[in-house]
Amino acid sequence: MTTGLFLIVLLGVSAVAPFLRKYLKNQAGWIYAIWPFVGFLYYLSLLPVINDGVVITETFSWLPALGIDFSFYVDGFSVLFSLLVLGIGAFILVYAGYYMRPYPMKGRFLGYLLLFMTAMQGIVVSGNLITMFVFWELTSVSSYLLIGYYHEKPEARASALQALLITGFGGLALLGGFVLLAIPYGTYELSYILASPEIIQNSNLYLPAFILVAIGAFTKSAQFPFHFWLPGAMTAPSPVSAYLHSATMVKAGVFLLARLNPVLGGTELWSYTLTIVGVTTMFTGAWLSTTQVDLKRILAYTTVSALGTLVLLIGTGTEYAINAAIIFLLVHALYKGTLFMMAGNIEKKTGTRDLTQLGGLYKYMPFAAIIMSLALVSMAGVPPMLGFLGKELIYEASVAAPKAYGFILILGFLTNVILVFLSLRLAIGIFWGKEPSYSKTPAEPGLALILGPFLLVLASFVLGLFPAAMANPLTSKAITAISPGMDAIVLKLWHGFNLVLGLSVLTLISGYLVFRYQDKILPGIDNVNIKYFRREFTRLFFQMIDGFLTFTKLKTKTLQHGYHRFYLMTLFVIASILVWVMIWRADPIMLELNFSDMPLNLIAVVVLIIAATLSSVISNSRVVALISMGVIGFGITIIFIAYSGVDLAITMIMVETLMVILAMAVVYHLPRYQNFSGTGARMRDALVATLVGAFFMVLVLQAGTSSLETPISDYFKEASYSLAYGRNIVNVILVDFRALDTLGEITVISIAALGIFAMIKLGKK
Amino acid sequence: MLFLLAILIGVLYGAAVYLLLRRNIFKLILGLIFLGHATNMLLFVAGGLTSGRPAFLRGLQDEAIGMSDPLPQALILTAIVIGLGVTAFALTLVYRFYKVTKTVDFDELSENE
Repeated sequence: MTTGLFLIVLLGVSAVAPFLRKYLKNQAGWIYAIWPFVGFLYYLSLLPVINDGVVITETFSWLPALGIDFSFYVDGFSVLFSLLVLGIGAFILVYAGYYMRPYPMKGRFLGYLLLFMTAMQGIVVSGNLITMFVFWELTSVSSYLLIGYYHEKPEARASALQALLITGFGGLALLGGFVLLAIPYGTYELSYILASPEIIQNSNLYLPAFILVAIGAFTKSAQFPFHFWLPGAMTAPSPVSAYLHSATMVKAGVFLLARLNPVLGGTELWSYTLTIVGVTTMFTGAWLSTTQVDLKRILAYTTVSALGTLVLLIGTGTEYAINAAIIFLLVHALYKGTLFMMAGNIEKKTGTRDLTQLGGLYKYMPFAAIIMSLALVSMAGVPPMLGFLGKELIYEASVAAPKAYGFILILGFLTNVILVFLSLRLAIGIFWGKEPSYSKTPAEPGLALILGPFLLVLASFVLGLFPAAMANPLTSKAITAISPGMDAIVLKLWHGFNLVLGLSVLTLISGYLVFRYQDKILPGIDNVNIKYFRREFTRLFFQMIDGFLTFTKLKTKTLQHGYHRFYLMTLFVIASILVWVMIWRADPIMLELNFSDMPLNLIAVVVLIIAATLSSVISNSRVVALISMGVIGFGITIIFIAYSGVDLAITMIMVETLMVILAMAVVYHLPRYQNFSGTGARMRDALVATLVGAFFMVLVLQAGTSSLETPISDYFKEASYSLAYGRNIVNVILVDFRALDTLGEITVISIAALGIFAMIKLGKK
Repeated sequence: MLFLLAILIGVLYGAAVYLLLRRNIFKLILGLIFLGHATNMLLFVAGGLTSGRPAFLRGLQDEAIGMSDPLPQALILTAIVIGLGVTAFALTLVYRFYKVTKTVDFDELSENE
């Protein structure tokens, strides 16, 4: 109950948050943070239970017949993620409560944040694929609202749309993947699926399911080539960047891959795809970050790089790699959340986040400078911060990778060099470098703005100092959860002198050298980027959207042309083609081809009707057409008489007479026929007409051979005299057995008569 | 005889479709009339061809075997009458249509609009 209840209350808080902001004034952030913090404590208290190997499941019936339930599945991995989502989330709320003060609609902003938190927390505890999908889409929607928060700015709207379209596209793919994944199991319940991976791995649905799930995960986690939406999303306010685009939402894709690792993982396809995509993203992100000058964009690109690293590690799948993935996940959330919040603080206090406009801030905000520098130390992977452990494990995983891809190690090394360089560049550039002239004197950020970064850095520091005592309990069950049969490696700060340590030292030295000679190196990189990379993807994306819109307009114009006869033609052609295909594929059809019983007089009548029909179609004269119409009507009357349809014949004679007279009266007012259509159009229409006509001919001939059940008219034959005292059965049916039909018929005729009367009187006074 | 009637029904349907695809609004009405004829014939033929035995009973004891099927005839009768109503209404509509728009060409109509 607790998991579901917690989410419902969280959702409730997000719903009332916008309205309560008025009364809570500036304390709103603190108050809204209470509930997430309660959740944080709850999941922390679950740790001992979870570490005993317990998995908590809850199910609320939703659509049990389809195997869809609102169910929750809380294991070590869920708990680790919940702690990140709720813990960091609580700090973000406090931070946002103050950060957003000068902006309008703060209440709504906090509401969106809480809504997002609900969605994200929902994903990590979902025990049913459909439940997870619902929360997954909710994160896309709430992130759209958050990125587009400054909605009066066009670029904010464009970024929000871009993020929504890409993650929404991924979400659709994911839904398809989930459905395919669930087919062999017959249920969407995660606990069943996780228990027997061989079912999907032996199914030929594995490939499509994997591709679709991977697209969903890659779009959400900004993997190459979908990486470009994440830097674009930096137009969002800083609390959003710190929360969604570093610590939580972008990790949802990684979460999904890790969660499904026991089911989909372990195959060659899985490891190759994830490794290649991951390593490409890791390096591309780091590479593109080097020449950026916007503080938040730098951080965004390093986030892309970190997400790539995580995907790479999950794809590698060895014990070291999985350990590294989980530790690095924690490391990254801790330092990147801090860095983004600090970026927001710096922008707030100086009015800019352009690196070239910043410098010498240590003088004004020493405490903030130390916090941010420590986070950067963690990013650079320097002891004693937790980042060091993360980087060490990544190196060990790469060195020990079974497939020994040299290039992974090399690219990983280069990525880390860039991270070291960036750490130096940011720390020294912002806090100690040459001081530009600020428009206002910068000051230390207030308590609410600095509390989150401070505690996150502190956590990073403490976890790094006492890894075996603190970090291991937090992560060990997460590791076994996403990779059954693998154990957590006991974490140590000091590994002794080995290859990995050597690599670490080399990384630091190279990073320093790049920093030292950046004036020579960066312009070169910049040139390459301008030539090959710059904004290319964003432009391509919007070109694709424009292309799609143009295509849609064209399609609508083609299909909705407004010509009634082409609509009809489409209908006739498609229907008759379908029917002809059915006839073609049917068992040998039996046609009634009986040429006996053909009285000469009736042959003459039929020939006459056919001739009249053709002449009325071909004729250029309206009068000929009308006379032919009369001939057809009376001809049909004769056929009715010949085959015992006496009442029909009588009615037909009267109706036909009336019809011809009426038509003549109208034609009198109409202009002569003109040739509206060319020969080509006529031939085309004639072809369509032949297709349809021939089908009906075959239909009649085939119907002649099929013998049906006893006709229901036997009842009418028996009951006509005994019940209704009428001898003309057709009449009895009309006025007695089916009298209501006749009443309807009379009504139709009366309404038609009224309409005709009104139309003729119209305009005549 | 069924063979000949099948051809007749095919021709009637073909003519109806051809006329429905014309630009002249009056031909459209002709097509509608033909469609009605064709469908009535289809129903009639489906009821089986019985010559010389209309669905009349002479008395309680009369044998119904071999008599023509009254049900399709009843349905066709309703259809013929409703067909008349619809056609009459459509013809008047065409008349008003021409009075108002001064054209019987559908395409001209869509271009004027």
